[in-house]
Amino acid sequence: MIEVSELTKRYGDVAAVRNVSFRCEPGTVTGFLGPNGAGKSTTMRMICGLTPPTSGSAAVLGVPYRRIANPGRHVGVLLDAAAQHSGRTGRETLALSAQVLGVDRERAGRMLREVGLPPAAARRRVGGYSLGMRQRLGIALALLGDPRVLILDEPANGLDPEGIHWMRTLLRGFADRGGTVLLSSHLLREVEAVADRFVVISGGRIVAQGDKGELLTTSGGTFVRGLDPGALETALAEAGLAARRCGPDAFTVEADAEAVGRAAAKAGAVLLELRSAGEGGLEELFLSLTAEPKENAR
Amino acid sequence: MTAMIVAVDRPAGPSLFTLALVELRKMVDTRAGRWLLAFVALLGVALVGVVLFAAPRHIRTMPELYSASLAGVGILLPVVGVLSVTSEWSQRTALATFTLVPGRGRVLAAKVVAASLLAAVCVAACAVAAWAGRALGAVLDRTDAGWGVPPQMLATTLLAAVLGVLAGVAFGMVFLNSPLAIVMSFLLPIAWSVLGETVSALEGAAQWLDTGRTTAPLVEAGGRLTPRAWAQLATSQAVWLLLPLLIGFFRVTRREVK
Repeated sequence: MIEVSELTKRYGDVAAVRNVSFRCEPGTVTGFLGPNGAGKSTTMRMICGLTPPTSGSAAVLGVPYRRIANPGRHVGVLLDAAAQHSGRTGRETLALSAQVLGVDRERAGRMLREVGLPPAAARRRVGGYSLGMRQRLGIALALLGDPRVLILDEPANGLDPEGIHWMRTLLRGFADRGGTVLLSSHLLREVEAVADRFVVISGGRIVAQGDKGELLTTSGGTFVRGLDPGALETALAEAGLAARRCGPDAFTVEADAEAVGRAAAKAGAVLLELRSAGEGGLEELFLSLTAEPKENAR
Repeated sequence: MTAMIVAVDRPAGPSLFTLALVELRKMVDTRAGRWLLAFVALLGVALVGVVLFAAPRHIRTMPELYSASLAGVGILLPVVGVLSVTSEWSQRTALATFTLVPGRGRVLAAKVVAASLLAAVCVAACAVAAWAGRALGAVLDRTDAGWGVPPQMLATTLLAAVLGVLAGVAFGMVFLNSPLAIVMSFLLPIAWSVLGETVSALEGAAQWLDTGRTTAPLVEAGGRLTPRAWAQLATSQAVWLLLPLLIGFFRVTRREVK
């Protein structure tokens, strides 16, 4: 279980993370979404006690991370798969962590097999690994202490489609056995299939959070795309329908498809697409929520 | 809630001894670490050879052979100390290290213990190499001096090796950058010896602050350790070892780990 309350991190005048609060419950996978530079990694480093917050606090399993006696035995952390010594072999990297955690070497070997790093690869130096192999090694390191909580920053980066599928299955299984998972991504598609809950961050602020159903309901409405966006916008406004632009020629309208279609027909605006906003998945929501600064500029 | 807090107290974290063993292993399990140690050995063996085959016969004594075998330890072991800290930042392993052990001071303490252990192992290996050299000398009739090394010399050379590798650790902690820390740890003694010899005003200061000069009596065969020499050693180590260790400790424990 992870609890983040009003975390803020400032670098000089720049606020990288502003007042971020959320909870991750046992048995769930929480997708931490946002574009690059939104503050995901900074938030995760603050949760793990690597970056001191300017204000606010974070607790893992009820206590600040740094108060856990042997954190690797409770919390599996992968913050950056590239951050491994390139001159050390994969197996040695895992063996060192096993020694720190106090788990037997046999388990280290088992983890390597579990993440799909064959013995030949494990004997090679990490410097020669692809990013995907480093991610697998990072996952093995995170799982090594048999943790109850997983905190993973962009774990799907560099994985091939088969690898992404493997990771989904692994995380789903982990959560279904009562584990808590927090995983970040800048690509919604990577986590959409596995996450139960989403926390969307943009510009250091949380712009939306909730479970899949909630987020889609609140976004709700109808997605509409027109040949002449200007005319479409005017038509929607005249019909008294609240519309929000979510693309160069697209809007999300808080009304059903019929109302939108009638409004467009009345004004003679040509429609290219008209459907329930939920059908496009979370992607439109994600894009509309994280592209907000641009919208305001219009 | 109480149950949860109890749960995170167990299992206990790694002991300082375990952490020291891990840090020792990290010094020798990378390619860079192995090359450095290979050169430490090579330099020592080469200089034992130089003493046996190039030095005048009366100098081919056991203390001289032992002193020569320590050349690599004196020159390159501090680099192992530097890299044990700076590689955590250049290779970004600090992220994993301090995630598994949030008490950063304990990791630093473990590095200090591990570096000292490594120095002790190297000094012992050097003694073995020197005795092997003496045996070779006997076989080839290059020497007929005694086989003994004064116990005091074994102790002071060990001290010098430990101080040297710890200075490397301390410089690594201050700069957190491999090239900078290595260059600085080589440059400072050279700068002192050049300045001390050319600028007469600095000559007095150099006697107390030039670590190259203050540690010389520890490692030279027949080096004389007067109370004044001990005071000079202590002063130079306070400035070039203790102070950097303190600065580095604050730097590493406060710094954001990325």
